[in-house]
Amino acid sequence: MNDIAISISSDQDIVIARQRGRELAAKLGFSSTEQIAIATAISELSRNIVEYAKRGEVILSLTPSQGNGRGSLQITARDRGPGIPDVALAMRDGYSTSRSLGLGLPGTRRLMDEFEIVSKPGKGTTVTIRKWI
Amino acid sequence: MEVPILKQGDYLIASIQAALSDADLLRLRDDLAQRVGRFRSRGVIVDVTVLDVMDSFAVRTLRNIGQILKMRGAETVIVGIQPEVAFAMVQLGLTLTDVWTALDLEESISFLDRLMKAGRTQGE
Ligand SMILES: Nc1ncnc2c1ncn2[C@@H]1O[C@H](COP(=O)(O)OP(=O)(O)OP(=O)(O)O)[C@@H](O)[C@H]1O
Ligand SMILES: [Mg+2]
Repeated sequence: MNDIAISISSDQDIVIARQRGRELAAKLGFSSTEQIAIATAISELSRNIVEYAKRGEVILSLTPSQGNGRGSLQITARDRGPGIPDVALAMRDGYSTSRSLGLGLPGTRRLMDEFEIVSKPGKGTTVTIRKWI
Repeated sequence: MEVPILKQGDYLIASIQAALSDADLLRLRDDLAQRVGRFRSRGVIVDVTVLDVMDSFAVRTLRNIGQILKMRGAETVIVGIQPEVAFAMVQLGLTLTDVWTALDLEESISFLDRLMKAGRTQGE
């Protein structure tokens, strides 16, 4: 499968990205509970892009199995926005710089099997999440 | 995608027909706040059966709708949250405060009827 890249710069793009994610998850045989978890996670990460970085992209790809015998659906959300000065703090439930709920990042980690975040102030943020097939 | 809002007696019923963008959700909030005043509605039912994603923004907006409509004299009931959607909401850590929930339209109407009746006897 070729990677699917979706550019994100508006609230419409958030809807498109999560729909594409759910379609692909369905095609890969994920249960409807898993499909919805994946779509919800994509929604949170895309919204963070629009909210904090204005623009960026979401990439859907398949990773081959790594040792555990299972491949995974991988979603990368990346932007060249302001970055996050304290990632550990941003990962805490309830921490928000926009007076929102502060659940997007920690909640996304709970929805997925794997979660990685790399962020550099002034450079941007990349969040990579995976769900095992 | 505009959400149709029907008036049924003392209540308004907003039936979401398709996936909503953030802007659509905010428009729904504003439309409901206006119409509750215009129609003197006592209860508002928001049917979310077709939604497959209720993320932090959607939940924050629905809670907001509940708070605003309460100040306008109406109770809000959210109906039709699918089991898989509820599961994802719980994992995200989202809670639906400031609104009531019901399984379907029929249940939400009889719930509001009971609530209104209890409210009247209390007021007498
Ligand atoms: N892509 C990003 N670029 C810059 N900062 C970000 C990015 N994503 C998240 N953040 C920072 O991390 C904080 C926590 O993000 P998280 O998504 O958990 O919560 P939130 O967006 O504030 O609220 P919620 O997602 O619940 O509406 C944000 O308030 C913001 O400061
Ligand atoms: Mg967020």
